[in-house]
Amino acid sequence: MTEVSMTVNGKPVKADVPDNTLLVQFIRENLRLTGTHVGCDTSQCGACVVHLNGKAVKSCATLAVAANGADVTTIEGLANGEMHPMQTAFKENHGLQCGFCTPGMIMTATDMVARYDANGKELTEAAIREELEGNICRCTGYHNIVKAIADGASKMASS
Amino acid sequence: MYETKYHKASSVSEAVSLMGAADDGKLLSGGQTLLPTMKAHLAAPSDLVDVSGIAEMNGISVNDDIVTIGAATTHAEVAGNAALQKACAGVADLAANIGDPAVRHLGTIGGSIANNDPAADYPAALLALGATIKTNAREITADDFFVGLFETALNDDEVIVSISFEAPAKACYAKFPNPASRYALAGVFAALTTAGARVAVAGAGDDGVYRHADMEAALDGNWSADAILGVSVGADGMLSDMHGDAAYRANLVKVMAGRAVAGC
Repeated sequence: MTEVSMTVNGKPVKADVPDNTLLVQFIRENLRLTGTHVGCDTSQCGACVVHLNGKAVKSCATLAVAANGADVTTIEGLANGEMHPMQTAFKENHGLQCGFCTPGMIMTATDMVARYDANGKELTEAAIREELEGNICRCTGYHNIVKAIADGASKMASS
Repeated sequence: MYETKYHKASSVSEAVSLMGAADDGKLLSGGQTLLPTMKAHLAAPSDLVDVSGIAEMNGISVNDDIVTIGAATTHAEVAGNAALQKACAGVADLAANIGDPAVRHLGTIGGSIANNDPAADYPAALLALGATIKTNAREITADDFFVGLFETALNDDEVIVSISFEAPAKACYAKFPNPASRYALAGVFAALTTAGARVAVAGAGDDGVYRHADMEAALDGNWSADAILGVSVGADGMLSDMHGDAAYRANLVKVMAGRAVAGC
């Protein structure tokens, strides 16, 4: 067991966990933040994507102990009294059906928008599709997710 | 995942001594291959020694045409480094197409070459560039480093510190990725170095990454995709699996080599 402390959605958290605890287990089982999902558990599907020190990572392929001292944002940390612009965009563009992949999609989406913005690059439709390489949706066929991310990007720029 | 003991090393020498003290230790960096392997019970190290935070293993520098990349530098950092883009865009572009964005945020160049997955991309780049791999104990040339499938010249407990190579006149990588995994079904890194043309093939050979002598000879003095057309690539020694048989891979190697040369 190792004592792990980190900041999750702006709040300091601490727990004793076995060293083989995955970050996603820590988030879901210790913190009871169940918005972050486990889909494939083989780091293919991206349902478990969270931001670790501001970067999108797969929390099923990260150890909780390795995130000691880190700043973590989960889907629960995006809304601030009202929905995050990207969440609104997913709702308005029907960017989800069953919703299982959606937390990972939105965390990936906000990460890509931030990166493209920081690098001064245009987030084209082709770029969005390329950036979604690590996120799988079995319902939508992706078209509305891509539309939602483009809309969310412009909503984020104007908010 | 079986039980394991995690250690965070703050220096290369601490990592070496932690590995020496461990029963069956493994170095952990981004963990993007090791952790899924442990979850699948295909590896069960007694100890994990995390090297990701070691300062001397992080970062990229370009001095007098010598590029040095710390072993714990992530794919995303390699892809986005402006100095590397200028000195050798082929390596930065290769890194930008490994896995997916979340994997690139954690996975590292040192982890990739230490694992030496036959379908990984970096081994082809290092072999074609004639890179040198610096460890805590010695310097190893890429030609000596990559031994076979998942095998390298590294000794137990040896830690890769950095990778360096001379900026080439030309360098480009072309791969045909497996559409699901993004690992290379065939990938070819072609480089025009001070030692002449060097061509390395990933994903296709049944003994891992290798140099293609006939292509190198064809490209020396005639750096063009046409030069590749005259080279015959046989199915002997090619991997054959559910994703593609040996003849298909042999054809892909030739096509990717042509694209790599045409791309730079």
